[in-house]
Amino acid sequence: MAESTPIIAVDKVSKIYGNANASTVALKDVSLSIAKGEFVSLVGPSGCGKSTLLRLIADLDKATQGTLLVNGHAPDVARKNREYGFVFQAPTLYDWRTVERNAELPLEVMGRAKADWKPRVDKMLAMVGLRDFHDHYPWQLSGGMQQRASIARALSFDPAILLMDEPFGALDEFTRERMNMELLDIWQTTHKTILFVTHSISEAVFLSSRIVVMTPRPGRIATVVDIDLPYPRTFETRESPRFFELMTVVRETLKEEFVGHE
Amino acid sequence: MSVVEIVPGPKPSIWQRPWVAPLIVFVAVVGLWEALVLIFQPPVFLLPPPSLIWQSLAGQFGALMSYGFNTFLEAVGGFVIGCSLGLVVAMFVARSPRLSELLLPFAVASNSVPIVAMAPIAIVWFGIGPGSKIAIVAVMCFFPTMVSAVRGLTAASPDAIALMRSYAATDWQIFSKLRVPTSLPFVFNAFKICTAVSMIGAIVAEFFGGAVNYLGIYIKTQASILKTPDAWAAILVACFYGLFFYFVIALLERWLMPWRRMP
Ligand SMILES: Nc1ncnc2c1ncn2[C@@H]1O[C@H](COP(=O)(O)OP(=O)(O)OP(=O)(O)O)[C@@H](O)[C@H]1O
Ligand SMILES: [Mg+2]
Repeated sequence: MAESTPIIAVDKVSKIYGNANASTVALKDVSLSIAKGEFVSLVGPSGCGKSTLLRLIADLDKATQGTLLVNGHAPDVARKNREYGFVFQAPTLYDWRTVERNAELPLEVMGRAKADWKPRVDKMLAMVGLRDFHDHYPWQLSGGMQQRASIARALSFDPAILLMDEPFGALDEFTRERMNMELLDIWQTTHKTILFVTHSISEAVFLSSRIVVMTPRPGRIATVVDIDLPYPRTFETRESPRFFELMTVVRETLKEEFVGHE
Repeated sequence: MSVVEIVPGPKPSIWQRPWVAPLIVFVAVVGLWEALVLIFQPPVFLLPPPSLIWQSLAGQFGALMSYGFNTFLEAVGGFVIGCSLGLVVAMFVARSPRLSELLLPFAVASNSVPIVAMAPIAIVWFGIGPGSKIAIVAVMCFFPTMVSAVRGLTAASPDAIALMRSYAATDWQIFSKLRVPTSLPFVFNAFKICTAVSMIGAIVAEFFGGAVNYLGIYIKTQASILKTPDAWAAILVACFYGLFFYFVIALLERWLMPWRRMP
Protein backbone atom coordinates (compact mmCIF):
# COMPACT_ATOMS: atom_id res chain seq x y z
CA MET A 1 0.00 0.00 0.00
CA ALA A 2 2.57 2.54 1.12
CA GLU A 3 4.72 1.85 -1.96
CA SER A 4 2.86 4.18 -4.34
CA THR A 5 3.38 7.94 -4.02
CA PRO A 6 1.52 9.08 -0.93
CA ILE A 7 -1.60 11.22 -1.31
CA ILE A 8 -0.76 12.95 1.99
CA ALA A 9 2.89 13.40 2.91
CA VAL A 10 3.88 15.09 6.16
CA ASP A 11 7.62 15.54 6.58
CA LYS A 12 9.22 16.70 9.86
CA VAL A 13 6.44 19.15 10.51
CA SER A 14 6.41 21.33 13.62
CA LYS A 15 3.79 23.82 14.67
CA ILE A 16 4.33 26.41 17.37
CA TYR A 17 1.42 28.59 18.42
CA GLY A 18 1.83 31.98 20.05
CA ASN A 19 4.78 34.34 20.31
CA ALA A 20 8.19 34.22 21.98
CA ASN A 21 6.76 34.92 25.47
CA ALA A 22 3.93 32.45 25.48
CA SER A 23 4.26 29.65 22.97
CA THR A 24 2.79 26.16 22.69
CA VAL A 25 4.57 23.50 20.71
CA ALA A 26 1.49 21.83 19.26
CA LEU A 27 3.43 19.50 16.92
CA LYS A 28 7.09 18.53 16.90
CA ASP A 29 8.83 16.72 14.03
CA VAL A 30 5.78 14.86 12.85
CA SER A 31 6.24 12.70 9.76
CA LEU A 32 3.43 10.68 8.26
CA SER A 33 2.70 9.30 4.85
CA ILE A 34 -0.74 8.19 3.75
CA ALA A 35 -1.36 6.25 0.56
CA LYS A 36 -4.35 6.79 -1.68
CA GLY A 37 -7.34 4.81 -0.44
CA GLU A 38 -6.12 4.39 3.14
CA PHE A 39 -8.29 4.89 6.20
CA VAL A 40 -6.01 6.34 8.86
CA SER A 41 -7.11 7.29 12.35
CA LEU A 42 -5.36 9.66 14.74
CA VAL A 43 -5.79 8.84 18.41
CA GLY A 44 -4.24 10.42 21.46
CA PRO A 45 -5.05 12.38 24.57
CA SER A 46 -6.63 15.81 24.39
CA GLY A 47 -4.22 18.52 23.31
CA CYS A 48 -1.73 16.26 21.52
CA GLY A 49 -2.19 18.14 18.24
CA LYS A 50 -4.64 16.00 16.27
CA SER A 51 -6.78 18.94 15.17
CA THR A 52 -3.65 20.95 14.49
CA LEU A 53 -2.28 18.29 12.15
CA LEU A 54 -5.58 18.18 10.26
CA ARG A 55 -5.65 21.96 9.97
CA LEU A 56 -2.09 22.06 8.60
CA ILE A 57 -2.93 19.46 5.96
CA ALA A 58 -6.05 21.47 5.06
CA ASP A 59 -4.08 24.75 4.81
CA LEU A 60 -6.27 26.30 7.50
CA ASP A 61 -3.06 26.97 9.44
CA LYS A 62 0.58 27.22 8.34
CA ALA A 63 3.27 24.85 9.60
CA THR A 64 6.14 26.51 11.48
CA GLN A 65 8.61 24.00 10.05
CA GLY A 66 8.65 21.08 7.66
CA THR A 67 6.82 20.33 4.46
CA LEU A 68 3.40 18.97 3.63
CA LEU A 69 2.20 17.61 0.31
CA VAL A 70 -1.42 16.85 -0.53
CA ASN A 71 -1.89 14.95 -3.75
CA GLY A 72 1.57 16.15 -4.76
CA HIS A 73 0.81 19.83 -4.13
CA ALA A 74 1.54 22.29 -1.37
CA PRO A 75 -1.46 22.55 0.98
CA ASP A 76 -2.58 25.94 -0.33
CA VAL A 77 -2.67 24.65 -3.90
CA ALA A 78 -4.49 21.51 -2.80
CA ARG A 79 -7.04 23.61 -0.96
CA LYS A 80 -7.63 25.75 -4.05
CA ASN A 81 -8.00 22.54 -6.08
CA ARG A 82 -10.68 21.44 -3.60
CA GLU A 83 -8.94 18.14 -2.96
CA TYR A 84 -10.44 17.55 0.47
CA GLY A 85 -13.59 17.85 2.55
CA PHE A 86 -13.24 18.88 6.18
CA VAL A 87 -15.51 17.91 9.06
CA PHE A 88 -14.86 20.22 11.98
CA GLN A 89 -14.87 19.17 15.61
CA ALA A 90 -17.87 21.53 16.11
CA PRO A 91 -20.77 21.25 13.58
CA THR A 92 -20.21 24.81 12.23
CA LEU A 93 -23.57 25.01 10.49
CA TYR A 94 -24.77 28.38 9.26
CA ASP A 95 -27.75 29.51 11.38
CA TRP A 96 -29.52 31.17 8.49
CA ARG A 97 -29.57 28.09 6.28
CA THR A 98 -31.83 25.09 6.62
CA VAL A 99 -30.21 21.65 6.89
CA GLU A 100 -30.63 21.21 3.15
CA ARG A 101 -29.20 24.63 2.30
CA ASN A 102 -26.27 23.98 4.64
CA ALA A 103 -25.50 20.73 2.86
CA GLU A 104 -25.70 22.54 -0.48
CA LEU A 105 -23.18 25.19 0.58
CA PRO A 106 -20.04 23.55 -0.90
CA LEU A 107 -21.83 22.81 -4.18
CA GLU A 108 -23.01 26.43 -4.34
CA VAL A 109 -19.59 27.89 -3.52
CA MET A 110 -17.85 25.58 -5.99
CA GLY A 111 -20.26 26.54 -8.74
CA ARG A 112 -21.52 23.00 -9.42
CA ALA A 113 -24.50 22.71 -11.78
CA LYS A 114 -27.64 23.58 -9.86
CA ALA A 115 -29.47 20.53 -11.18
CA ASP A 116 -27.02 18.28 -9.32
CA TRP A 117 -27.51 19.89 -5.92
CA LYS A 118 -30.77 18.29 -4.90
CA PRO A 119 -30.03 14.66 -5.83
CA ARG A 120 -26.61 14.81 -4.12
CA VAL A 121 -27.91 16.50 -0.99
CA ASP A 122 -31.00 14.28 -0.73
CA LYS A 123 -28.81 11.20 -0.91
CA MET A 124 -26.44 12.42 1.79
CA LEU A 125 -29.23 13.58 4.09
CA ALA A 126 -30.91 10.19 3.74
CA MET A 127 -27.62 8.53 4.60
CA VAL A 128 -27.18 10.50 7.81
CA GLY A 129 -30.88 10.03 8.64
CA LEU A 130 -31.92 13.66 8.31
CA ARG A 131 -34.17 13.54 5.25
CA ASP A 132 -37.25 14.47 7.26
CA PHE A 133 -35.42 17.42 8.76
CA HIS A 134 -34.20 18.95 5.50
CA ASP A 135 -36.15 22.17 6.04
CA HIS A 136 -35.24 22.61 9.72
CA TYR A 137 -32.87 25.28 10.93
CA PRO A 138 -29.79 24.27 12.97
CA TRP A 139 -31.28 25.53 16.26
CA GLN A 140 -34.12 23.05 15.77
CA LEU A 141 -31.70 20.09 15.79
CA SER A 142 -29.99 18.23 18.62
CA GLY A 143 -26.19 18.31 18.86
CA GLY A 144 -25.85 14.88 17.26
CA MET A 145 -28.20 15.84 14.43
CA GLN A 146 -26.19 19.00 13.79
CA GLN A 147 -23.02 16.94 13.57
CA ARG A 148 -24.68 14.55 11.11
CA ALA A 149 -25.80 17.52 9.01
CA SER A 150 -22.20 18.72 8.88
CA ILE A 151 -21.09 15.25 7.71
CA ALA A 152 -23.70 15.32 4.94
CA ARG A 153 -22.33 18.73 3.94
CA ALA A 154 -18.72 17.44 3.76
CA LEU A 155 -19.75 14.45 1.65
CA SER A 156 -22.08 16.38 -0.65
CA PHE A 157 -19.35 17.41 -3.08
CA ASP A 158 -17.66 14.00 -3.12
CA PRO A 159 -14.08 15.03 -2.27
CA ALA A 160 -11.27 12.50 -2.85
CA ILE A 161 -9.85 13.13 0.63
CA LEU A 162 -11.86 13.43 3.82
CA LEU A 163 -10.33 15.09 6.89
CA MET A 164 -12.65 14.34 9.79
CA ASP A 165 -12.09 15.79 13.27
CA GLU A 166 -14.06 13.69 15.77
CA PRO A 167 -17.09 13.61 13.48
CA PHE A 168 -19.04 11.13 15.59
CA GLY A 169 -18.01 12.45 19.00
CA ALA A 170 -21.46 13.86 19.76
CA LEU A 171 -23.42 10.75 18.72
CA ASP A 172 -24.93 7.99 20.83
CA GLU A 173 -23.45 4.48 20.55
CA PHE A 174 -26.12 3.14 18.16
CA THR A 175 -26.06 6.04 15.75
CA ARG A 176 -22.31 6.06 15.91
CA GLU A 177 -22.03 2.40 14.91
CA ARG A 178 -24.50 2.92 12.11
CA MET A 179 -22.55 5.97 10.88
CA ASN A 180 -19.34 3.89 11.07
CA MET A 181 -20.87 1.34 8.68
CA GLU A 182 -22.10 4.06 6.33
CA LEU A 183 -18.70 5.74 6.29
CA LEU A 184 -16.91 2.45 5.55
CA ASP A 185 -19.38 1.83 2.76
CA ILE A 186 -18.76 5.26 1.22
CA TRP A 187 -15.02 4.85 1.64
CA GLN A 188 -15.01 1.51 -0.17
CA THR A 189 -17.39 2.38 -2.98
CA THR A 190 -15.82 5.77 -3.76
CA HIS A 191 -12.17 4.89 -2.97
CA LYS A 192 -11.65 7.93 -0.80
CA THR A 193 -8.69 8.54 1.45
CA ILE A 194 -9.80 9.27 4.99
CA LEU A 195 -7.87 10.83 7.85
CA PHE A 196 -10.02 10.47 10.93
CA VAL A 197 -9.60 11.81 14.48
CA THR A 198 -11.32 9.98 17.31
CA HIS A 199 -11.15 9.50 21.06
CA SER A 200 -12.69 6.06 20.79
CA ILE A 201 -10.19 3.22 20.47
CA SER A 202 -12.86 0.76 19.38
CA GLU A 203 -14.06 3.12 16.66
CA ALA A 204 -10.49 3.61 15.44
CA VAL A 205 -9.81 -0.14 15.33
CA PHE A 206 -13.11 -0.88 13.64
CA LEU A 207 -12.69 1.69 10.87
CA SER A 208 -9.01 2.05 10.13
CA SER A 209 -6.39 0.35 8.07
CA ARG A 210 -3.81 2.14 10.22
CA ILE A 211 -3.92 3.90 13.56
CA VAL A 212 -1.51 6.71 14.40
CA VAL A 213 -1.02 7.06 18.15
CA MET A 214 0.04 10.54 19.26
CA THR A 215 1.35 11.91 22.56
CA PRO A 216 1.14 15.46 23.91
CA ARG A 217 3.58 18.18 25.00
CA PRO A 218 4.98 18.39 22.42
CA GLY A 219 2.61 16.63 20.01
CA ARG A 220 4.48 13.72 18.44
CA ILE A 221 3.68 10.43 16.76
CA ALA A 222 4.35 7.62 19.24
CA THR A 223 3.53 4.56 17.16
CA VAL A 224 1.64 3.46 14.13
CA VAL A 225 -0.46 0.32 14.49
CA ASP A 226 -1.46 -1.60 11.36
CA ILE A 227 -4.99 -2.95 11.61
CA ASP A 228 -5.08 -6.24 9.72
CA LEU A 229 -8.79 -6.97 10.15
CA PRO A 230 -10.22 -7.85 6.74
CA TYR A 231 -12.65 -5.54 4.93
CA PRO A 232 -15.61 -5.37 4.56
CA ARG A 233 -15.99 -5.08 8.29
CA THR A 234 -19.27 -6.11 9.83
CA PHE A 235 -20.90 -6.28 13.21
CA GLU A 236 -19.13 -9.62 13.70
CA THR A 237 -15.78 -7.83 13.32
CA ARG A 238 -16.41 -6.13 16.63
CA GLU A 239 -16.76 -9.50 18.30
CA SER A 240 -13.71 -11.20 16.79
CA PRO A 241 -10.75 -12.01 19.07
CA ARG A 242 -8.37 -10.10 16.77
CA PHE A 243 -10.47 -6.95 17.25
CA PHE A 244 -9.96 -7.16 20.99
CA GLU A 245 -6.26 -7.93 20.60
CA LEU A 246 -5.77 -4.84 18.47
CA MET A 247 -7.76 -2.69 20.88
CA THR A 248 -5.49 -3.87 23.67
CA VAL A 249 -2.40 -3.08 21.61
CA VAL A 250 -3.57 0.47 20.96
CA ARG A 251 -4.67 0.98 24.54
CA GLU A 252 -1.38 -0.31 25.93
CA THR A 253 0.63 1.93 23.60
CA LEU A 254 -1.38 4.94 24.66
CA LYS A 255 -0.97 4.12 28.34
CA GLU A 256 2.77 3.41 28.02
CA GLU A 257 3.45 6.60 26.10
CA PHE A 258 1.38 8.65 28.45
CA VAL A 259 2.91 7.24 31.62
CA GLY A 260 6.42 7.24 30.11
CA HIS A 261 6.03 10.89 29.25
CA GLU A 262 4.75 12.27 32.53
CA MET B 1 -37.53 8.65 11.53
CA SER B 2 -40.53 10.91 11.28
CA VAL B 3 -41.15 14.57 11.80
CA VAL B 4 -42.63 15.31 15.18
CA GLU B 5 -46.18 16.60 14.93
CA ILE B 6 -46.64 19.84 16.75
CA VAL B 7 -49.88 19.38 18.65
CA PRO B 8 -51.54 22.69 19.51
CA GLY B 9 -51.81 22.90 23.28
CA PRO B 10 -54.84 24.35 25.10
CA LYS B 11 -55.52 27.87 23.91
CA PRO B 12 -53.81 30.30 26.31
CA SER B 13 -56.27 32.48 28.17
CA ILE B 14 -56.58 36.11 27.10
CA TRP B 15 -54.55 37.22 30.16
CA GLN B 16 -51.49 35.50 28.73
CA ARG B 17 -51.43 37.46 25.48
CA PRO B 18 -48.29 39.61 25.23
CA TRP B 19 -50.18 42.88 24.75
CA VAL B 20 -52.50 42.49 27.72
CA ALA B 21 -50.10 43.54 30.49
CA PRO B 22 -48.88 46.74 28.73
CA LEU B 23 -52.50 47.65 27.98
CA ILE B 24 -53.48 47.30 31.63
CA VAL B 25 -50.53 49.44 32.70
CA PHE B 26 -51.46 52.08 30.11
CA VAL B 27 -55.09 52.23 31.21
CA ALA B 28 -54.06 52.39 34.87
CA VAL B 29 -51.60 55.24 34.30
CA VAL B 30 -54.12 57.27 32.25
CA GLY B 31 -56.82 56.64 34.88
CA LEU B 32 -54.53 57.68 37.73
CA TRP B 33 -53.46 60.79 35.84
CA GLU B 34 -57.10 61.82 35.23
CA ALA B 35 -57.99 61.15 38.89
CA LEU B 36 -55.03 63.13 40.26
CA VAL B 37 -55.84 66.10 38.02
CA LEU B 38 -59.49 65.97 39.18
CA ILE B 39 -58.43 65.89 42.84
CA PHE B 40 -55.63 68.47 42.84
CA GLN B 41 -56.93 70.74 40.06
CA PRO B 42 -53.54 72.03 38.78
CA PRO B 43 -53.66 74.79 36.12
CA VAL B 44 -54.49 73.22 32.73
CA PHE B 45 -51.30 74.48 31.07
CA LEU B 46 -49.16 72.71 33.69
CA LEU B 47 -50.82 69.32 33.51
CA PRO B 48 -53.91 68.89 31.36
CA PRO B 49 -56.08 65.83 32.10
CA PRO B 50 -55.97 63.01 29.52
CA SER B 51 -59.58 63.74 28.59
CA LEU B 52 -58.65 67.26 27.47
CA ILE B 53 -55.66 65.96 25.48
CA TRP B 54 -57.99 63.49 23.83
CA GLN B 55 -60.43 66.31 22.91
CA SER B 56 -57.61 68.32 21.38
CA LEU B 57 -56.42 65.27 19.43
CA ALA B 58 -59.90 64.44 18.15
CA GLY B 59 -60.64 68.08 17.25
CA GLN B 60 -57.69 68.46 14.87
CA PHE B 61 -56.83 64.87 14.12
CA GLY B 62 -56.45 65.32 10.35
CA ALA B 63 -54.16 68.33 10.68
CA LEU B 64 -51.99 66.71 13.36
CA MET B 65 -51.62 63.52 11.36
CA SER B 66 -50.56 65.49 8.29
CA TYR B 67 -48.01 67.52 10.33
CA GLY B 68 -46.83 64.24 11.76
CA PHE B 69 -46.49 62.77 8.30
CA ASN B 70 -44.32 65.69 7.17
CA THR B 71 -42.03 65.17 10.14
CA PHE B 72 -42.11 61.42 9.60
CA LEU B 73 -40.90 61.92 6.01
CA GLU B 74 -37.92 63.93 7.30
CA ALA B 75 -37.17 61.14 9.77
CA VAL B 76 -37.40 58.47 7.07
CA GLY B 77 -35.27 60.52 4.68
CA GLY B 78 -32.56 61.01 7.27
CA PHE B 79 -32.81 57.37 8.34
CA VAL B 80 -32.37 56.08 4.79
CA ILE B 81 -29.44 58.38 4.04
CA GLY B 82 -27.70 57.91 7.41
CA CYS B 83 -28.18 54.14 7.59
CA SER B 84 -27.14 53.57 3.96
CA LEU B 85 -23.99 55.62 4.40
CA GLY B 86 -23.33 53.79 7.66
CA LEU B 87 -23.58 50.43 5.89
CA VAL B 88 -21.40 51.48 2.96
CA VAL B 89 -18.67 52.90 5.19
CA ALA B 90 -18.87 49.80 7.43
CA MET B 91 -18.22 47.56 4.43
CA PHE B 92 -14.95 49.36 3.74
CA VAL B 93 -13.91 49.68 7.37
CA ALA B 94 -14.67 46.02 8.16
CA ARG B 95 -12.29 44.90 5.42
CA SER B 96 -9.33 46.14 7.40
CA PRO B 97 -9.00 45.18 11.07
CA ARG B 98 -6.50 47.99 11.58
CA LEU B 99 -8.86 50.61 10.18
CA SER B 100 -11.70 49.27 12.39
CA GLU B 101 -9.48 49.53 15.45
CA LEU B 102 -8.58 53.08 14.51
CA LEU B 103 -12.08 54.35 13.68
CA LEU B 104 -14.43 52.44 15.98
CA PRO B 105 -13.54 54.24 19.23
CA PHE B 106 -14.39 57.56 17.58
CA ALA B 107 -17.64 56.23 16.20
CA VAL B 108 -18.60 54.80 19.59
CA ALA B 109 -17.64 58.05 21.33
CA SER B 110 -19.89 59.98 18.94
CA ASN B 111 -22.83 58.29 20.68
CA SER B 112 -22.33 60.66 23.57
CA VAL B 113 -22.05 63.74 21.34
CA PRO B 114 -25.38 65.65 21.36
CA ILE B 115 -25.72 65.80 17.61
CA VAL B 116 -29.11 67.59 17.74
CA ALA B 117 -27.27 70.50 19.32
CA MET B 118 -25.82 71.06 15.86
CA ALA B 119 -29.28 71.76 14.44
CA PRO B 120 -28.73 75.57 14.32
CA ILE B 121 -25.53 74.98 12.35
CA ALA B 122 -27.36 72.54 10.06
CA ILE B 123 -29.90 75.30 9.38
CA VAL B 124 -27.05 77.61 8.35
CA TRP B 125 -25.71 74.92 6.00
CA PHE B 126 -28.86 73.35 4.61
CA GLY B 127 -31.52 76.04 5.05
CA ILE B 128 -34.56 76.35 7.28
CA GLY B 129 -36.52 73.70 5.30
CA PRO B 130 -36.56 69.89 5.68
CA GLY B 131 -32.97 69.63 4.39
CA SER B 132 -31.42 70.66 7.70
CA LYS B 133 -33.63 68.20 9.64
CA ILE B 134 -32.82 65.35 7.27
CA ALA B 135 -29.13 66.15 7.65
CA ILE B 136 -29.31 66.03 11.46
CA VAL B 137 -31.23 62.74 11.42
CA ALA B 138 -28.79 61.26 8.90
CA VAL B 139 -25.81 62.08 11.12
CA MET B 140 -27.61 60.68 14.16
CA CYS B 141 -28.35 57.39 12.34
CA PHE B 142 -24.96 57.08 10.68
CA PHE B 143 -22.79 56.25 13.69
CA PRO B 144 -24.82 53.56 15.45
CA THR B 145 -25.46 51.83 12.12
CA MET B 146 -21.80 51.93 11.14
CA VAL B 147 -20.59 50.65 14.51
CA SER B 148 -23.09 47.76 14.58
CA ALA B 149 -22.46 46.85 10.96
CA VAL B 150 -18.68 46.71 11.47
CA ARG B 151 -19.20 44.52 14.54
CA GLY B 152 -21.60 42.28 12.61
CA LEU B 153 -19.42 42.01 9.52
CA THR B 154 -16.48 40.90 11.66
CA ALA B 155 -18.49 38.61 13.94
CA ALA B 156 -18.24 35.39 11.91
CA SER B 157 -16.50 32.67 13.97
CA PRO B 158 -13.02 31.48 12.91
CA ASP B 159 -14.44 28.02 12.15
CA ALA B 160 -17.23 29.46 10.01
CA ILE B 161 -14.57 31.28 7.98
CA ALA B 162 -12.30 28.21 7.89
CA LEU B 163 -15.20 26.23 6.43
CA MET B 164 -15.48 28.71 3.55
CA ARG B 165 -11.71 28.64 3.08
CA SER B 166 -11.79 24.84 2.91
CA TYR B 167 -14.07 25.24 -0.13
CA ALA B 168 -11.61 27.74 -1.61
CA ALA B 169 -14.36 30.36 -1.53
CA THR B 170 -13.60 33.78 -3.03
CA ASP B 171 -13.52 36.86 -0.80
CA TRP B 172 -16.79 37.94 -2.35
CA GLN B 173 -18.41 34.59 -1.51
CA ILE B 174 -17.18 34.79 2.08
CA PHE B 175 -18.61 38.30 2.26
CA SER B 176 -21.99 37.60 0.70
CA LYS B 177 -22.67 34.09 1.99
CA LEU B 178 -21.15 34.40 5.46
CA ARG B 179 -20.33 37.91 6.65
CA VAL B 180 -23.51 39.62 5.49
CA PRO B 181 -25.93 37.05 6.98
CA THR B 182 -23.90 37.05 10.21
CA SER B 183 -24.19 40.83 10.40
CA LEU B 184 -27.98 41.03 9.88
CA PRO B 185 -29.02 40.71 13.55
CA PHE B 186 -26.47 43.42 14.49
CA VAL B 187 -27.61 45.70 11.68
CA PHE B 188 -31.29 45.34 12.48
CA ASN B 189 -30.68 46.11 16.15
CA ALA B 190 -29.10 49.36 15.00
CA PHE B 191 -31.96 50.05 12.57
CA LYS B 192 -34.51 49.62 15.36
CA ILE B 193 -32.63 52.04 17.60
CA CYS B 194 -32.41 54.46 14.65
CA THR B 195 -36.19 54.49 14.12
CA ALA B 196 -36.60 56.13 17.54
CA VAL B 197 -33.51 58.28 17.09
CA SER B 198 -34.74 59.63 13.76
CA MET B 199 -38.18 60.75 15.02
CA ILE B 200 -36.53 62.42 18.03
CA GLY B 201 -33.89 64.03 15.80
CA ALA B 202 -36.43 65.39 13.33
CA ILE B 203 -38.72 66.87 16.01
CA VAL B 204 -35.95 68.41 18.10
CA ALA B 205 -34.28 69.83 14.97
CA GLU B 206 -37.61 71.50 14.11
CA PHE B 207 -37.61 73.29 17.49
CA PHE B 208 -34.86 75.47 16.02
CA GLY B 209 -37.10 76.71 13.23
CA GLY B 210 -39.00 75.70 10.14
CA ALA B 211 -42.45 75.75 8.53
CA VAL B 212 -45.63 75.58 10.65
CA ASN B 213 -46.99 72.32 9.23
CA TYR B 214 -44.41 70.16 11.04
CA LEU B 215 -44.86 68.48 14.40
CA GLY B 216 -41.85 70.01 16.16
CA ILE B 217 -42.80 73.56 15.24
CA TYR B 218 -46.40 72.92 16.24
CA ILE B 219 -45.41 71.53 19.67
CA LYS B 220 -43.10 74.47 20.28
CA THR B 221 -45.65 77.11 19.21
CA GLN B 222 -48.62 75.69 21.14
CA ALA B 223 -46.52 75.22 24.29
CA SER B 224 -45.21 78.77 24.10
CA ILE B 225 -48.78 80.15 24.06
CA LEU B 226 -49.66 77.77 26.92
CA LYS B 227 -51.99 75.62 24.79
CA THR B 228 -50.39 72.55 26.30
CA PRO B 229 -53.22 70.07 25.54
CA ASP B 230 -52.45 70.69 21.84
CA ALA B 231 -48.74 70.05 22.46
CA TRP B 232 -49.53 66.82 24.28
CA ALA B 233 -51.80 65.71 21.45
CA ALA B 234 -48.98 66.36 18.97
CA ILE B 235 -46.61 64.32 21.15
CA LEU B 236 -49.09 61.42 20.97
CA VAL B 237 -49.05 61.68 17.18
CA ALA B 238 -45.24 61.65 17.25
CA CYS B 239 -45.38 58.47 19.37
CA PHE B 240 -47.72 56.90 16.83
CA TYR B 241 -45.37 57.57 13.90
CA GLY B 242 -42.36 56.43 15.94
CA LEU B 243 -44.02 53.13 16.82
CA PHE B 244 -45.24 52.68 13.27
CA PHE B 245 -41.67 53.16 11.97
CA TYR B 246 -40.36 50.66 14.52
CA PHE B 247 -42.89 48.00 13.55
CA VAL B 248 -42.19 48.41 9.84
CA ILE B 249 -38.49 47.74 10.50
CA ALA B 250 -39.30 44.86 12.88
CA LEU B 251 -41.50 43.30 10.18
CA LEU B 252 -38.74 43.69 7.62
CA GLU B 253 -36.40 41.98 10.07
CA ARG B 254 -38.74 39.02 10.51
CA TRP B 255 -39.13 38.72 6.77
CA LEU B 256 -35.38 38.89 6.06
CA MET B 257 -34.39 36.59 8.92
CA PRO B 258 -36.88 33.72 8.91
CA TRP B 259 -34.40 31.52 10.78
CA ARG B 260 -34.79 33.64 13.89
CA ARG B 261 -38.52 32.97 14.11
CA MET B 262 -39.06 30.99 17.26
CA PRO B 263 -42.14 28.76 17.43
N1 LIG C 1 -5.14 28.74 17.74
C1 LIG C 1 -4.34 28.30 18.74
N2 LIG C 1 -3.59 29.17 19.44
C2 LIG C 1 -2.78 28.75 20.44
N3 LIG C 1 -2.65 27.49 20.81
C3 LIG C 1 -3.37 26.56 20.16
C4 LIG C 1 -4.27 26.91 19.09
N4 LIG C 1 -4.84 25.79 18.63
C5 LIG C 1 -4.35 24.79 19.37
N5 LIG C 1 -3.45 25.24 20.29
C6 LIG C 1 -2.70 24.41 21.24
O1 LIG C 1 -2.09 23.35 20.52
C7 LIG C 1 -2.20 22.14 21.22
C8 LIG C 1 -2.85 21.10 20.34
O2 LIG C 1 -4.19 21.47 20.11
P1 LIG C 1 -5.16 20.60 19.21
O3 LIG C 1 -6.44 21.33 19.12
O4 LIG C 1 -4.48 20.24 17.96
O5 LIG C 1 -5.35 19.30 20.13
P2 LIG C 1 -6.26 18.02 19.88
O6 LIG C 1 -5.35 16.84 19.86
O7 LIG C 1 -7.13 18.21 18.72
O8 LIG C 1 -7.12 17.98 21.22
P3 LIG C 1 -8.64 17.50 21.41
O9 LIG C 1 -8.61 16.02 21.41
O10 LIG C 1 -8.98 18.05 22.77
O11 LIG C 1 -9.45 18.09 20.32
C9 LIG C 1 -2.97 22.45 22.50
O12 LIG C 1 -2.03 22.52 23.56
C10 LIG C 1 -3.60 23.77 22.26
O13 LIG C 1 -3.61 24.52 23.46
MG1 LIG D 1 -9.16 18.50 18.41
